Amino acid sequence: MTSTTESSPAAAQKPEIGKARLRKEDAHLITGRSRFTDNMVLPGMLHLAMVRSPFAHAKITGINVTAAKSSPGVLAVLTGADVAQEQGSLPNAWPVTPDQKAPAHPSIAVDEVAFAGEVVAVIIARSVAAARDAVELVDVDYEELPVVLDLEEAFTDQVLAHSTLDSNKSATWIFDSAEAGTGTSIADALANSEVVVERTLYQQRVIPAFMEPRSIVVDPTGEQLTMWSSTQIPHILRLMLALTLGIPESKVRVIAPDVGGGFGGKLQVTPEEIITVLAARRSGKPCKFTETRSESLQVGHHGRAQVQRLKISATKEGIVTGLSVNLLADMGAYLGLITSGIPILGAFMYNSIYKFPAYRFECNNIFTNKPWTDAYRGAGRPEATFAIERMMDELATELGMDPLELRAKNWIRHDEFPFTTVAGLEYDTGNYEAATDKAIALFDYDGMRDEQKRRRENNDPVQLGIGISTFTEMCGLAPSRVLGSLNYAAGGWEHAQVRVLPTGTIEVVTGSSAHGQGHETAWSQLVADRLGVPFENIQVLHGDTAISQRGLDTYGSRSLSVGGMAVLAAADKVIEKARVIAAHMMEASEGDLEFANGSFTVKGTEQSTTLGEIAFAAFSAHNMPEGVEPNLDSEATFDPVNFSYPHGTHLAAIEVDTETGHVNVLKYVCVDDIGVVVNPVLVEGQVHGGLAQGISQALYEEAVYDDAGTLVSGSFVDYLVPGAPDLPHYITDRTETPATSNQLGAKGVGEAGTIASTPAIVNGVLDALRHLGVKDIKMPCTPSRVWHALEEAKTTGGMQ
Amino acid sequence: MIPSAFDYAAPSTVEEVLAMLAAAESAGDEVKLLAGGQSLLPVMKLRMADPALVIDLGKISELVGVSEQEDTLLIGAMTPHHEIATNALLAKHLPLLHKAAATVADPQVRHRGTFGGALVHADPAGDMPAPVLATGATFILAGPRGERRVEASDFFQGYFTTAVADDEILTHIQVPKFTGWGAHYEKFTRVAQQWSIVAVAAMVKIEDGTFTRARLGLTNMASTPLRATAVEQALVGSNATLESITAACSLAAEGTEPASDLNGDSTYRKHLSTVLAKRAVLAAAGL
Ligand SMILES: Cc1cc2nc3c(=O)[nH]c(=O)nc-3n(C[C@H](O)[C@H](O)[C@H](O)COP(=O)(O)OP(=O)(O)OC[C@H]3O[C@@H](n4cnc5c(N)ncnc54)[C@H](O)[C@@H]3O)c2cc1C
Repeated sequence: MTSTTESSPAAAQKPEIGKARLRKEDAHLITGRSRFTDNMVLPGMLHLAMVRSPFAHAKITGINVTAAKSSPGVLAVLTGADVAQEQGSLPNAWPVTPDQKAPAHPSIAVDEVAFAGEVVAVIIARSVAAARDAVELVDVDYEELPVVLDLEEAFTDQVLAHSTLDSNKSATWIFDSAEAGTGTSIADALANSEVVVERTLYQQRVIPAFMEPRSIVVDPTGEQLTMWSSTQIPHILRLMLALTLGIPESKVRVIAPDVGGGFGGKLQVTPEEIITVLAARRSGKPCKFTETRSESLQVGHHGRAQVQRLKISATKEGIVTGLSVNLLADMGAYLGLITSGIPILGAFMYNSIYKFPAYRFECNNIFTNKPWTDAYRGAGRPEATFAIERMMDELATELGMDPLELRAKNWIRHDEFPFTTVAGLEYDTGNYEAATDKAIALFDYDGMRDEQKRRRENNDPVQLGIGISTFTEMCGLAPSRVLGSLNYAAGGWEHAQVRVLPTGTIEVVTGSSAHGQGHETAWSQLVADRLGVPFENIQVLHGDTAISQRGLDTYGSRSLSVGGMAVLAAADKVIEKARVIAAHMMEASEGDLEFANGSFTVKGTEQSTTLGEIAFAAFSAHNMPEGVEPNLDSEATFDPVNFSYPHGTHLAAIEVDTETGHVNVLKYVCVDDIGVVVNPVLVEGQVHGGLAQGISQALYEEAVYDDAGTLVSGSFVDYLVPGAPDLPHYITDRTETPATSNQLGAKGVGEAGTIASTPAIVNGVLDALRHLGVKDIKMPCTPSRVWHALEEAKTTGGMQ
Repeated sequence: MIPSAFDYAAPSTVEEVLAMLAAAESAGDEVKLLAGGQSLLPVMKLRMADPALVIDLGKISELVGVSEQEDTLLIGAMTPHHEIATNALLAKHLPLLHKAAATVADPQVRHRGTFGGALVHADPAGDMPAPVLATGATFILAGPRGERRVEASDFFQGYFTTAVADDEILTHIQVPKFTGWGAHYEKFTRVAQQWSIVAVAAMVKIEDGTFTRARLGLTNMASTPLRATAVEQALVGSNATLESITAACSLAAEGTEPASDLNGDSTYRKHLSTVLAKRAVLAAAGL
């Protein structure tokens, strides 16, 4: 099987890493050959519809299902009482403190409902239409209980979100730099500093609003219970189904087929998933549940929802001396998978890129009668970045200093890395000066300031503001030992397999389950580069626990810097194993072999063999070296030693129409440092989408409730998400300071845009209006809010 | 979402529709006429309406199209928004309707949704009623007692309520020509694809630098579309300058009763109407 070297086209191949390749997964997605969960049709499949509570807090005093049961096509109706013994309690994997309190979390409410939309019964029918028709026929008697919706009110415990708990407080989590030994005392900083600025900021509740509503199919036939789910986390889901329902894990298979977005909203173990298993087990038939868009907005977990009470202290020259953060975090009515940990993920980021010495963070996790919150793109870090970047602008105003100059005075200089922060993290690398310089040039910062001045002097009805956000984030979740120290139940490693098939094509199996990010393309580039084989010859497999047995899935901008490293490590192992077989095949010593462009060559000779030939030799196994198993497969697990710390400088030119209050993003420049880039097309996609979501929090999105706890913004008519015409033409660029925590130097880009952009926009809106006396505007900065703020400033005399 | 079960009919003449309506009425069944379905179907899917019978008007060809009469254009109720926004007769004689229709939703909705459907639906935030009111159009209804003509000022009666009775159907809208007038529809939204938070429809005629005629309609400033009569009166006879337009348009909110909702409260809407009126008139005047 040995051949002489031909001058292969591979030799001329450019390195794949850094190549702007189009996404290989798009062909099937855009030609309708997609496989979403709702596309699944199984023989004899039944359909479910949920009966949901219209009340935000009530006791269930009776349920009459007689009429629903006799409705045409209905096979059964299950209530909470029917499944109380088997449904278990939905998991919370992150008890942030040893004394964390949480109510039991049944998938179907049994005695009490604590938010509007909670499931009280499920219809099992032969068609979706029959199931939906029967929902109306279920007669539930409720005894209404008082509701508590406002976070600050809930904190007072005057009204309780659950009658089974004696307080709305779930946990209090504190970090203090003096106690942790990472810095000095905040009390001293606040008492002794020349300037202290104190503000309360609000993070409104937002809805992930992914494109594909969640869908579940469960097949109970055969030896393994198989679930298809539109989830980000097939592996964690499998484990949790086993733990929650007491099914042996080996008897559960979870498949996440094509998944249409998640943004953290599908990082969950949902009541509907458990209910579909229960229905399938009872009926012995495959069952499907696909939520409606209304249900998706109403009960899919929400994000953000915090009150941030902040104090920042500084010298008159603008040297920041300390930051105190006191949060109220809205858990909603229950703790979902990592609800309680979300604000804690932010705890390490309030100090951001700055090196002040004193820091205290306190978070109170509070229950309200709303759907639970949980991960949403950025998860804790956008909230932190918003707070510090808003406060830096407030401080700059107080000091009469240019906000960029204030930031430069306080940030970690590039020659000070690695730098241990006041929150205790070690930032490996970064260059804030370089990113900021580039952004300033692209933005024409001085030109914009001149234009701003001109509009102010002319009393232009359309004022101009410059919004700044110099952010960093921790991503690449996560070193397992760090997660352990934070009481998170699982680790943060990732797993991969590389299999060279006998015909020379390659399967890459990843535990990092993609749902729109483009892993298939990026992983193919990584392996093509490492193994020297054509990009087209690589097939990436993921999202099925029977194929990818181990993995921790996709969130926290972790896929490349953790999952990608596992892929590279597995590819390296393939090379090492192939070397042993190749040496045997060519009767050479391993040390004499050189590996390049997918072939081993005996040094100084023309004798060589390709990976495909080696794989075939291993497959036929006629002549294997002693002790070597007959395959060319490998697997690897990677656990990062540190987070990675992308950073960047975002500058937004914001026009505010003072007559209507309308906000327009005139220009948006972002220079991100995400380390080494594998594929700039994928990076641009992540940056653009991330920016859109962050801008949208600043200007458009908000989950609004009426006094009874009903979601008022319950459809896309009222829950506004922007379209392409509402967003600017982004000017994106990058600097490249490689991470040291992984061999590639990659950092992560999935959340950067979302984290950075929200404060850039709000800072810009306020910069446009501060001279007119406007001091703050709550998000989203709607035209009506902006106009009212201007009117109020007029009547209060405004000028500060 | 899935609507409740219903019967479906697609007759090809207005007479058949009227017969079906009469039969349903005597049987006590709820009937809905289906035009473009862009408002009716969402409502049915959310089960806020569950008619026993849906009568599709899509097969009645006489209800589609724009034809020219002496001083008027006759527009069929089933003419889609897209046609209103692109039709050459409208562009020439009724630029206001032409421009307003282009602001309705997106191309898909504009190809399905109809002029008549939008008017009968009478959503306070809908973009067609106020321009039609400003033109002083006449609505032609067919019913068991024959044809009935209703003036625009009597047509819109309340929140989602018009003069069309349960046993009637809107067949045509007859609109006077406004050839040579300046026209503009100023729509204010938070995102590009949205119903009007407030909008102002304006048609003006200027001779020798002075407004000689002005007709303004207000969208979403009450449960029905309104005429901005105070602005119209103040404009006529005044100079076509920024100052006099601003002064006249500061009266836009007179007699309005806008609702408060997530997009803005009533005070904000009243203010907005003055700004948008100014912008609409400026644009209509070509200033
Ligand atoms: C995504 C989306 C965005 C939209 N955005 C806008 C917007 O920005 N601005 C705007 O103005 N509109 C908007 N619309 C609504 C659109 O204009 C609809 O087309 C219109 O409101 C209804 O027209 P239709 O032909 O679809 O009527 P249908 O939905 O079929 O009918 C509406 C109602 O009118 C009745 N009806 C219809 N025709 C007749 C008739 N000839 N005689 C008697 N009764 C009749 C029906 O029975 C029904 O009650 C939007 C719709 C969608 C789906």
